[in-house]
Amino acid sequence: MNAASTNVPSASVPPPSVRPTESTQDVLHVRRRPALSRWFERGFEWTCAASTWFGLGVLVVLLIGVLWQGAGWLTWSFLTNYDSRHPENAGVIAGLWGSFWLVSLATLLTVPIGVGAAIFLEEYQTKGWLRTLIEVNLSNLAGVPSIVYGILGMAVFVKMFGVFQHDPQLLELSLGFTSVEIPLPFGRTVLSGAMTLALLMLPVVIVASREALRAIPPSIRHASYALGATHWQTIRHVVLPVAVPGIVTGVILAVARAAGETAPLLMIGAAIFLARTPGGIESPADVFRHPHGLLEAPFDHFTALPIQIYNWVSRPEPEYRHVAAAAILVLLAVLQVFNVTASIARARSRSRARW
Amino acid sequence: MSANALPPIDLKRRFSVMRVRELTIRALLLGCALVSVLTTAGIIYVLVTEALIAIPPEKAFFQEVSPVEFFTGTQWTPQYQDKHFGILPLLAGTFLVAGIAAVIGLPIGLAGSIYLSEYASRRTRNLIKPILEILAGIPTVVFGYFALVFITPYVLRPIFQGWLGFEVNIFNAASAGFVVAIMIIPIVTSLSEEALRSVPQALREAAYALGSTKYQVSAKVVVPAALSGILASFLLAISRAVGETMAVAIAAGQSPTMTLNPFQSVETMTAFIVNVSFGDKPQGSLEWKSLFAVAITLFVMTLAMNVISQMIMRRFREVYQ
Repeated sequence: MNAASTNVPSASVPPPSVRPTESTQDVLHVRRRPALSRWFERGFEWTCAASTWFGLGVLVVLLIGVLWQGAGWLTWSFLTNYDSRHPENAGVIAGLWGSFWLVSLATLLTVPIGVGAAIFLEEYQTKGWLRTLIEVNLSNLAGVPSIVYGILGMAVFVKMFGVFQHDPQLLELSLGFTSVEIPLPFGRTVLSGAMTLALLMLPVVIVASREALRAIPPSIRHASYALGATHWQTIRHVVLPVAVPGIVTGVILAVARAAGETAPLLMIGAAIFLARTPGGIESPADVFRHPHGLLEAPFDHFTALPIQIYNWVSRPEPEYRHVAAAAILVLLAVLQVFNVTASIARARSRSRARW
Repeated sequence: MSANALPPIDLKRRFSVMRVRELTIRALLLGCALVSVLTTAGIIYVLVTEALIAIPPEKAFFQEVSPVEFFTGTQWTPQYQDKHFGILPLLAGTFLVAGIAAVIGLPIGLAGSIYLSEYASRRTRNLIKPILEILAGIPTVVFGYFALVFITPYVLRPIFQGWLGFEVNIFNAASAGFVVAIMIIPIVTSLSEEALRSVPQALREAAYALGSTKYQVSAKVVVPAALSGILASFLLAISRAVGETMAVAIAAGQSPTMTLNPFQSVETMTAFIVNVSFGDKPQGSLEWKSLFAVAITLFVMTLAMNVISQMIMRRFREVYQ
């Protein structure tokens, strides 16, 4: 305050008036705040704080509620049984393997495309109408309700625009040692579901990968060019290795989101009641016993963990509420594994940064 | 290290293996980027050919049902013998649920963002942000379960049926609206907080210098300065609420009625789409096509909200950067 007042030339300051003017009264009023206003200040802060913690409160209530409902029902046989008409025998094995196949295939499909698109936008097409078009398109896609993706997947993958409506084909693909039968249209198969989920994950993966690429300073690229590397060599051997942790974090978060998606899979025609795992693989050991199952699985019918939860929640029998709660516990545990992995990857990528 | 050891490099050579490889890779990457554009094109193509204009032998929904009947009809009975395709009951259900979600979720989300940006210490912020992320990552089907199994029987029924005498249906818009509110709170909080934090510190300091209190600075200076960003987050959240499917399909019911009573069973647009895809409706039937007519309405609504939200955000960025 002193510094400010000494800066003002004394000549321009009007002589202080003897009587307190209206404005000085205002200042005094502000200084001596009435009790009511103090309470208002505090009340506002508490309201805001309470609103922030409200979400946590609901989360805690939700978790306690689900634990309470599902506690006795989450047993080992629940994880290894198929769905059943008797609630005490119902289990999630079909949903677990279904979700595993869906999410794995979707990740395999979406990661190369998503990272490729991010590289194109960040390293190649850094300006121009094409980039604007793709960017606008991406930000709009991120806001499209997931059920609309389900409709797209149903029309394009399950029914293939009705091209094979009257004569469904069975395309036989020979791999030399064995062969795969691919149904056309894909129908209500794991592959249709995985491709739909891949489209749903794509915007998330692209956005995360772009952020990871953008965080790398241009000087690193310039150094690589100066050594005579081509554009692609620079990306492949210099830029991408540094960006990997960031990309991995984004992919895991996208996977966690896809694993909980229900609506698009319902549109694709996930089975509500299914006593079969994709390809007949019920445990990792089955892969060795029945290796051909790996090739059959993508073209098999499927159900998924969230679909089973939806089915059990909508059953009228009250026992199924407990079954649903137990399945929710399994789903939340799986998602938590993804989230923890993502945060570890994020922490790693931060500590690894060397510039 | 003698220069003679290296073969001479022809810098003017235009066609080399390396250059062809570079161009091929570029084309492949362009293909990857175009997948997202194709997705949008696919969505629009599917919705338009089934709902608006079909390829000649087929007939689209609006070529059989007049758009006037569709947008002004008050009866939605595609599964009955006497079919009526008036989308107003579905719109009413959608807006009832989204409205309840907005009334609960937007103020709480905004207040939370004010706390995080203006009041909370760094430690508190680092504690709360991951919790919000967990909340945002909970699958919607779990929220549907929560609404049906906990909110309606343990919260709504004791309060509104036991004390206040309303009749609370087991499927009702209020429980669905409540859980959708929980879902949009993390969106509003994190996006609004970003907007509030990007308000320049000088504005706050100026307000304090005039003798303002913390409340006055927050509510009368920072919030108005970030208003466009906050509005954008609100629009995005409402669009999410309108497009939300599973929680609403489980908790709000399946009866398309025109009502403003939050304790009655309603049907939203998304719930109808799920229910039609459930039963094996023959492809090409009018009921089947009505799914696409509802979907295109939903798509256009959410798209419009997202586009407006982005326009507001872009304008807001120009102001302070």
